Amino acid sequence: MERMVQLGNDIVKLWSTYGGSYLRGMLDTLLLALVATAIGCLIGLCCGILNTIPCEQEDPLLKRFFLKLIRAVVRIYVEVFRGTPMILQAVFCYYGLPYLTDGAMQFNSVWAASILVVSINTGAYMAESVRGGIISVNPGQTEGAKAIGMNHFQTMTSVILPQALRNIMPQIGNNFIINIKDTSVMFIISFTEFFAVHRGVTGATYLYFPSAVIEMLGYLTMTLTASVLLRALEKMMDGPENFDLAVADPLVPGEGMHRYKKNPKEPNSDYRIQEQQAEVSDVLAGKRSGGRRSRKGGHSK
Amino acid sequence: MSQPIIEVKHVSKNFGTHQVLKDVDFNVNEGDVTCVIGASGSGKSTLLRCINLLERPSSGEILFHGRPITARGSNPCEYRSKVGMVFQSFNLFSNMTVLENCMAGTVKVLKKSREEARQTAVSFLEKVGMEQYIHAKPHQLSGGQKQRVAIARALAMQPEVLLFDEPTSALDPQMVGEVLNVMRQLAREGLTMIVVTHEMAFARDVSSHVVYMADGVICEEGTPKDIFENPRNEKTKEFLARFSRG
Ligand SMILES: Nc1ncnc2c1ncn2[C@@H]1O[C@H](COP(=O)(O)OP(=O)(O)OP(=O)(O)O)[C@@H](O)[C@H]1O
Ligand SMILES: [Mg+2]
Repeated sequence: MERMVQLGNDIVKLWSTYGGSYLRGMLDTLLLALVATAIGCLIGLCCGILNTIPCEQEDPLLKRFFLKLIRAVVRIYVEVFRGTPMILQAVFCYYGLPYLTDGAMQFNSVWAASILVVSINTGAYMAESVRGGIISVNPGQTEGAKAIGMNHFQTMTSVILPQALRNIMPQIGNNFIINIKDTSVMFIISFTEFFAVHRGVTGATYLYFPSAVIEMLGYLTMTLTASVLLRALEKMMDGPENFDLAVADPLVPGEGMHRYKKNPKEPNSDYRIQEQQAEVSDVLAGKRSGGRRSRKGGHSK
Repeated sequence: MSQPIIEVKHVSKNFGTHQVLKDVDFNVNEGDVTCVIGASGSGKSTLLRCINLLERPSSGEILFHGRPITARGSNPCEYRSKVGMVFQSFNLFSNMTVLENCMAGTVKVLKKSREEARQTAVSFLEKVGMEQYIHAKPHQLSGGQKQRVAIARALAMQPEVLLFDEPTSALDPQMVGEVLNVMRQLAREGLTMIVVTHEMAFARDVSSHVVYMADGVICEEGTPKDIFENPRNEKTKEFLARFSRG
């Protein structure tokens, strides 16, 4: 009990002195995670699309060669950045650039370096997610789009990607939350995000555990908020669960307006003339009552 | 005699070593309703998919208004915008509402204005009796309703030919009627259609030309009267007998 009171006092003491630093750290963490996740998703989207361009036997050799080359490059990118620790990638980029260019080029802010590293890393993960998302869209959707004359690009942008994106939303959310936590390794290139504040504060006060409690609560607040917001976003993307029946619009020209030929010929009319008379009245009667029925039964869950 | 709108010339299709279509040859004239019947696995869907270039024929030619569409350099997208297709599994875009489904082709492919596309879409949705459902998503509709929307989507492109691949086989008997009625209406208005179907009554009453397929070849073709009343081929007789019994 005593220890708890002590802990409370320490936390209050830390917060009153360093509250501003903690908050600024959280803000930087969120900003970095948000920007890098967004850029990473774009990278992933591009890679995913490049990876799923259909490659057929009949295509010209040059096109097939380029497609193979693109796929190989994307594959290498994914394997390298997914297969090495982000903390090392940060060091590699941040110190590698000036080293290799003999100081001629360097990152002029840790922000640029951090965003670059986290984006590229997220992109490597997202590339596979996007590929999976595209594959998981029913092939019938592609055929439906092709059947009304859409080309590959139109099919992708208006039919496949919106559905693929919706399918991978949970993974985008996952990556965002992972990024909120994992951007903490950016302290290695002295980026002052939330975890770096902890290192600074404990260096001055030696209150390791109370500061860690603040950090834990801070990270949890950020990730839980993100998670709730992402769920809401997914709901929004799904649109309303019910729909309203539209009321008839008298201004729109109605049935029978469009004819394919001026004088449609009656195929094998002699054969079905008697049947047709009966059938037409049947159809009309059936259609009307059928229509009314479905209207009343309207879909309201 | 005017030129046929679609000519299928000696088309064969292999999947690996499996030959699914063997030297298929027939014509479709403007205003024709051609029904393709035949046992399961006889290659009806494959034939239709070849006509719409969803599959490339392994050999042979398909002509549209006398021009080969299977040749290298011809634009399959432009051709497909003139030859619509209705699928057994509807294939409505599930990320769009009914209205957006019917506008997508007109806006993206035909580059019409949204307002014009909207009007076309609504007028065709009215034709199939689905104008009230324009705000619904496909998953909120029944099978028959989905298929009617799919037909409206195809019609919105104002195609010259419409292909149907077993449009009613995924539907309950009650919903079959509503879709067939729409198709009857289209036939009366003179739309050129190729219909793969197991609905023998529809084939007999509505079509102007019937093609019977078995094992990837056309066994017999002719008017519905020829095929249904005095089939000459033994296989046709057997197939039709099975239907009248069942
Ligand atoms: N993509 C494919 N790869 C390999 N074989 C295929 C493919 N598509 C179809 N086939 C084969 O082609 C044959 C004909 O298939 P198809 O779908 O054209 O038959 P169908 O006449 O439409 O039958 P159903 O009435 O059952 O729809 C079948 O034996 C099938 O196994
Ligand atoms: Mg089939």
